[in-house]
Amino acid sequence: METLLPRDLDEALAAIAADPEATVLAGGTDLMVQVNLQGLRPARVIAIRRIPELREWVGRFIGAAVTHRRLEIGPIKALAEAARTVGSPQIRSAGTIGGNLGTSSPAGDTLPFLAAADAEIVLRSRTGERVLPWDQFITGPKRNARRPDELIVGVRLPEHLPARQAFAKVGVRNAMVIAITSCCVIRDEDGTTRVALGSVGPTPIRARQAEEMISAETRPSEAARAEFARLVAAEVRPITDHRSTAEYRRHASGVIARRLLERVLP
Amino acid sequence: MTTTIRTAKTRGVGASIPRPDGIPKLKGEFAYSSDLEAEGMLWGATVRSPHARARIVSIDAAPALAMVGVRTVLTQEDVTGSGRFGLAVRDQPVFATGEVHFWGQPVAVVAAEDRETARRAAAALLVAYEPLEPLVDPAIAARTGSTFRVIDIVNGDPGARGEVVVEGEYEVAMQDQAPLGTESGLAIPDGIGGVDLHISTQWLHADHAQVFEALALAPDQVRLHNAGVGGAFGSREDISLQIHLCMLALRTGRPVKMVYDRSESFVGHVHRHPARMRYRHEADRDGNLIRIEADLLFDGGAYTSTSGAVLANACYFATGPYRVRSVAIHGVAARTNNPTAGAMRGFGAPQPCFAYEAQMDRLAAALGLDPVALRLKNALGTGDRLPTTGQPIVGSLPTRTVIESVAAMPLPEPDESTDPRRLPGGTGLTTPRPAVRRGIGFAVGIKNLAFSEGFDDFSEVRGVLTTAGLELHTAACENGQGMVTVVEQIGRSASGLDRVTVVFADTSEIGSAGSTSASRQTQMTGGAALRAATAVRDEALRRVGGDRLDDSGVWRGDRLVASLEELLASGPIAHLERFRHPLTSPPNATGQGDIHAGFVVAAHRAVVDVDAELGVVRVVRIDTAQDVGRALNPLAVVGQIEGGIMQGVGLAVMEEIVLDQGVMKNASFTDYLLPTFLDAPEVEAILIEEPDHWGPFGAKGVGEPPTISSTAAVVAAMRNATGRELNRVPVRPQDIALGSHQPPATSHQPDRRPEGS
Ligand SMILES: Cc1cc2nc3c(=O)[nH]c(=O)nc-3n(C[C@H](O)[C@H](O)[C@H](O)COP(=O)(O)OP(=O)(O)OC[C@H]3O[C@@H](n4cnc5c(N)ncnc54)[C@H](O)[C@@H]3O)c2cc1C
Repeated sequence: METLLPRDLDEALAAIAADPEATVLAGGTDLMVQVNLQGLRPARVIAIRRIPELREWVGRFIGAAVTHRRLEIGPIKALAEAARTVGSPQIRSAGTIGGNLGTSSPAGDTLPFLAAADAEIVLRSRTGERVLPWDQFITGPKRNARRPDELIVGVRLPEHLPARQAFAKVGVRNAMVIAITSCCVIRDEDGTTRVALGSVGPTPIRARQAEEMISAETRPSEAARAEFARLVAAEVRPITDHRSTAEYRRHASGVIARRLLERVLP
Repeated sequence: MTTTIRTAKTRGVGASIPRPDGIPKLKGEFAYSSDLEAEGMLWGATVRSPHARARIVSIDAAPALAMVGVRTVLTQEDVTGSGRFGLAVRDQPVFATGEVHFWGQPVAVVAAEDRETARRAAAALLVAYEPLEPLVDPAIAARTGSTFRVIDIVNGDPGARGEVVVEGEYEVAMQDQAPLGTESGLAIPDGIGGVDLHISTQWLHADHAQVFEALALAPDQVRLHNAGVGGAFGSREDISLQIHLCMLALRTGRPVKMVYDRSESFVGHVHRHPARMRYRHEADRDGNLIRIEADLLFDGGAYTSTSGAVLANACYFATGPYRVRSVAIHGVAARTNNPTAGAMRGFGAPQPCFAYEAQMDRLAAALGLDPVALRLKNALGTGDRLPTTGQPIVGSLPTRTVIESVAAMPLPEPDESTDPRRLPGGTGLTTPRPAVRRGIGFAVGIKNLAFSEGFDDFSEVRGVLTTAGLELHTAACENGQGMVTVVEQIGRSASGLDRVTVVFADTSEIGSAGSTSASRQTQMTGGAALRAATAVRDEALRRVGGDRLDDSGVWRGDRLVASLEELLASGPIAHLERFRHPLTSPPNATGQGDIHAGFVVAAHRAVVDVDAELGVVRVVRIDTAQDVGRALNPLAVVGQIEGGIMQGVGLAVMEEIVLDQGVMKNASFTDYLLPTFLDAPEVEAILIEEPDHWGPFGAKGVGEPPTISSTAAVVAAMRNATGRELNRVPVRPQDIALGSHQPPATSHQPDRRPEGS
């Protein structure tokens, strides 16, 4: 196995252009699980964790190599709350937002925030840059639109990001657990509300009907909040597996969406 | 407070001295069996069945053997001896042959120059299977006679009827012991046809017999040595890689090492029996238990392992630590194509405890009695007879005291904190404080100590006096529970010497110490150590006419009459002790007899905060009082209590091997969830010291009771908070959020019997 340690983004892009089969390694917290459990044996590894451009976090741009630990202590509330739920301190110090996107697991904990915030994913190759809305980047469970010769450079958040935002994740254990369902709610001063959920569909899901309904409520009554929960539960597309049942995931999605709404209401 | 300084005794029994392996383990310096190495060592890897049941059509080793660095591939055809193993019954082939009976059953092993090559070679082996329909429902197995053991216990007046009746059905899922150290060992051939196996196990001699029998070697051609154990909890009582390692070493003539990875560990050892239980309790209007009927269906999986004894325990303790006038228990250990079940902390006692304690709560509700008062009213004690077997209880059994002690402990203050780490859902931020309801649950559990049913249960210790102090040689396995520490403490108190050390002996040097299980080593190997150390001291005193021994030598009054050197100049002093506990008998046809050597009880009170709408929980606190006989090392006892409670909490709220057609869906720590520190309750323990009749200094084993009733207490608290039925563990979020409510508490239908069996 050969490991390349490019010093900057150009070197990294040259390396991946030269060998699009190469495996990109950031914090390794997903990749090493594949090595240990699925017998993945990459021939060539491009390690990108130390590339300065990817570690940048400037305003609304978050570099791909920014760790969950940095997100956790960063200024974006719901993203910090989401990052806090990722694994253990060791995992948060190694794992990155770019890796979370690279894996595109339905249970990726930063993804509901990115979906609710209408984030864009910045991809770059030797031949140029592509900027994809999150729902064009994530195409299915553990599938995304990255071309083999591209690197995820980072995510770009919209300039206007409401301060009222909150995240929650339901699991069977009170820390270090894969989400049974997770949810992010962002609400603007004018009532415009966006709600995204993870682990209850092949990709993060925006509950558009629920959004529309609750955005029209300037001061949602208890009945309106219950209706919001009902709509969210109706819009998610959960499955039954060894972690939980579709029925419970649906129920819990509605409950936490309602509670998050209540958390962000003035 | 006055402190009496008795230099020779301060490190003896009663002292909370720390364990020698504690700090090295924390620092990563302790040598586990997975750290063993030998010059020229090969690595072994196992080929396992991907089917729960299948016919093996063919095995083609050629692709594996063709790989560079692969030294050998072995299958059942290469086994020389009986080719079978099993702790109680030798019913499992070393490798599956003909038909595979459970998912992950070994089919072949390979040895290669390095671990990676061995792994790839195992994957390259071509095995053709014809999948067959697996039998995975233990109820069908029981109906069709596919069983390991069936037990019927009848005691008391079968016509006795109570006016107040509660019935219930309960289920316990499959729990894993999940020791942090996976299965591992190193086999070194001796060049003359024999082999030395360094192994992390619970019982060297039982492994030893299974290895030499399976391979048709002479007993002295196989020597088993204790290697550093990373936890066991029952999972290492059965053979995993022992025979494979010895075969590979003998075939290749080279040392061979194997270490299971985490996923393989899940399939490589036995698990706690899943159980389905149906109960009927009848009481009179004053709350006296009149009759208990129970049907216990345990899924033993593919091979016998210890299913017979586990089921027996479940049946004997099916009624709990209570007096009952009339008992009818029917128990079945079913044989299926699910993973094999065997020993796990509590050994058949936790499953019925979950059921009978739920029944006691429901009975209390039906009677309008306080649950604690109902338990006190029926508490079993010394002088009573065990209601199932009819055995008189001659040792201590402070059931009343453990219940009263826990009930008297202060309850925690209501929690107003909004720190997510103190809320259900934890850092997931799911739960605002107002969504939380607090519940309190109480449970009591009982179990036997050491081996039962007439098993010839003994432990050997050889005491050897040297000029450096007293050595206590034993084949007992230190599984991390503190055996070494407590046996040394016993040796000190018995001999008067401070310099006392446990020396691990291999199977060629000493007889069996029995298993490190059944809460037995403190009593058994400790019992042997007490006698061996006493005999050595007596001989030392006799030889020079002294009245006291310490590290300087033998004293008469305040005069040193002989140093250790002088004493031993006239010949060595050693004593081999084989210690047995009071004899037990097998059960008669109705399950009656003096079947157990002793009993132990503990009570737990759980405080649990529940977010009922979402179904997430936080176990806030567990208060416990445990019958310990005598706390030989209080620090070690509390360590066992805290750890055992965590395993009980784990079963209550998250630990479960999920099976689909016999296939494990979560054989990794990603999805087999163990409690983290955020899930760990505060634990407060009271040690009840009423000396037992045969353990050293009155001590009882302490390892299992914390696990038995803590699960039941946690679930009782969850029912108390939510009003949900919660008749299955682990309780899943959906059981709370979407589950059914408790059935009406009262029923007065003394004539209705449970249908069938
Ligand atoms: C014990 C444990 C607990 C975990 N808990 C959680 C959890 O609670 N929530 C959660 O969401 N995740 C969890 N994870 C998964 C993992 O930590 C996260 O997905 C993390 O964000 C991955 O980041 P990484 O930098 O380690 O990715 P890596 O493992 O380095 O990479 C992941 C994938 O993305 C690709 N990749 C990475 N960076 C780039 C890039 N810049 N451009 C192109 N491709 C790239 C890699 O090639 C690889 O395919 C856990 C993992 C472990 C081991």
